[in-house]
Amino acid sequence: MATVATTPSSQFETLPRRPNALWQFARTQPLGLVGFLIILLYVVCAFGAQWISTFDPEAIDFAAMLAAPGGEHWFGTDQYGRDVFSRIVYGSRTALAVGIVSAVAGCTLGALVGAASGYFGGRIDNAIQRVVDIMLSFPIIVLAMVVVAVLGKRSLLGIDLNLIAAITLPIVPRMARVARASTLSIVAMPFIDAARAAGFSNSRIILRHIVPNIVAPYLIMVSASMAQAILLEASLSFLGLGVTEPTPAWGLMLSGTSADFYQTAPWMIVFPGVAITLAVFAFNLFGDSLRDWLDPKLKS
Amino acid sequence: MFWFLIRRLFLVIPTLVGVAIAVFFLIRVMPGDVVVVKLRADGAAVSEEAIQAERKRLGLDKPLYEQFVDYMVGLPRLDLGKSLWTGEPVIKEIGLRMPVSIQIAVMAGVIAVLIAIPLGTISALYRDSWIDHSVRVVAVSGLAIPSFWLGMLIILGLLSLFNWLPKIGYVPFWQDPITNLSVTIWPAASVGYRYAAVATRMMRSSLLEVMREDYIRTARAKGVWTRLIMRRHALRNALLPVVTVIGLEFAFLIGGLVVTEQVFNINGIGKLFVDATARGDFNLIQGLVLLIATIFVLVNLAVDLLYGWLDPRIRLS
Repeated sequence: MATVATTPSSQFETLPRRPNALWQFARTQPLGLVGFLIILLYVVCAFGAQWISTFDPEAIDFAAMLAAPGGEHWFGTDQYGRDVFSRIVYGSRTALAVGIVSAVAGCTLGALVGAASGYFGGRIDNAIQRVVDIMLSFPIIVLAMVVVAVLGKRSLLGIDLNLIAAITLPIVPRMARVARASTLSIVAMPFIDAARAAGFSNSRIILRHIVPNIVAPYLIMVSASMAQAILLEASLSFLGLGVTEPTPAWGLMLSGTSADFYQTAPWMIVFPGVAITLAVFAFNLFGDSLRDWLDPKLKS
Repeated sequence: MFWFLIRRLFLVIPTLVGVAIAVFFLIRVMPGDVVVVKLRADGAAVSEEAIQAERKRLGLDKPLYEQFVDYMVGLPRLDLGKSLWTGEPVIKEIGLRMPVSIQIAVMAGVIAVLIAIPLGTISALYRDSWIDHSVRVVAVSGLAIPSFWLGMLIILGLLSLFNWLPKIGYVPFWQDPITNLSVTIWPAASVGYRYAAVATRMMRSSLLEVMREDYIRTARAKGVWTRLIMRRHALRNALLPVVTVIGLEFAFLIGGLVVTEQVFNINGIGKLFVDATARGDFNLIQGLVLLIATIFVLVNLAVDLLYGWLDPRIRLS
């Protein structure tokens, strides 16, 4: 095998090595790298939760109620004696699962709606934009709460599908706005005229010629929406409208902490909040750097 | 300016009507049945007759267009129906809780503006210095910290430092200003942090942009004092995008308040909204969503007017 690998490479040795895209990102966007590494940490926690966690996240142990952080319970325990560290590690599963599914679903739907709106223009564009305008006039959490109220709960594998729908919906108009703006600039280009002249169907032009050109804003929006989705899931769970017990979720860990725990067990309040903040921070940082790196023009 | 104002006011009406229509359909057209969700919330088996009876009681058995007409006719008279839980008119339930939420929101806005404009200016003036870097770190953290958790940290800090907690319960400002402020200042700070962070970032980048303009260079070349350039030319122009952001974010401030009111046990519209959602009181939800969207539209109108006042070019176009 070694000969196969070395022989052809010798004849290309004089060519300058093409810089690896990831390496280039790491070098030009150090802050983005930091964000990426934090995200990676969460991903490792989510996938390896059963090996990383030191206790069963749902195991109740009244002998160890409200234990302070220490050798055995790194981040202490809650009022039921459940290990806070293990619950945070498992909570990254909930946060990432809900975050990824709703960010990707919301952005994909939004990109298609936005691309169609920008491509067809005229009345269709006007109608879609009015709906988008109206949806944007509701704060994210308000829209999500309405969905939760109307749909109720419907869970699959411990994750509430309607919660995902509630988080997805507010992302759609935001992505649609961005996708429409990008589409408008692409539609003006000659290759779209050429495609039209060649008699390609509208769906083919949108899917094959416009969609690949809005990949950059799409990726940026997915990263930014991840941050939003994690924050939203935590807020809804905190309010008791999202993930339900005993599933470990960061927002849920903060919920129902009465004033007594503030003084007797502050670790119950501090650590889950740090987990949320760090995750949101990492996705924001990564998204910002991705924007600077992929499309310097978008920099505002 | 007068005609600009009139024109702007007229443009608001179709938007508000659109919002009202959207709220109506959002709640009724989405898959899922509020009545079923409400009755079966605890997993109890409910007979079909009971569901039908509840529908009838709520007027949900009428055809959609009839419900819609009732709803739209009621709106101008501020008739938003009755709360399904308490039986009181929705407008009364909201009216009781409005003052405290509005006060906190306005206080948060004032805090944010008072912090953001000087901080953003300093950050831009001393670009890439340690001051700038620390301001930016504080601002970026503001975007990541959930306001409700910040509220919890504030309570934690108050308890461990002073062993003191703000009173529960709202006293109007004119009755007892000190108690009033000691209750409202903490949630205002919690939600105001994010607001200030967004505005600071905008102030910084917009001032940096303005400082590159030709008219600033011309003023410099004429030998105008830096302080005068800042006051007369740079700041006024840099404020325009900041005003926009402050307007846009105001609605999100209320969104943050919805969650943060829970932390401080404040009985405002946020808490009302959470309770209404948990109980499936959709008349109340409808009224609250309408209220929040209306606030958003009106704040944006105010921003537009402020814009026209700050920048005469917009008024004329």
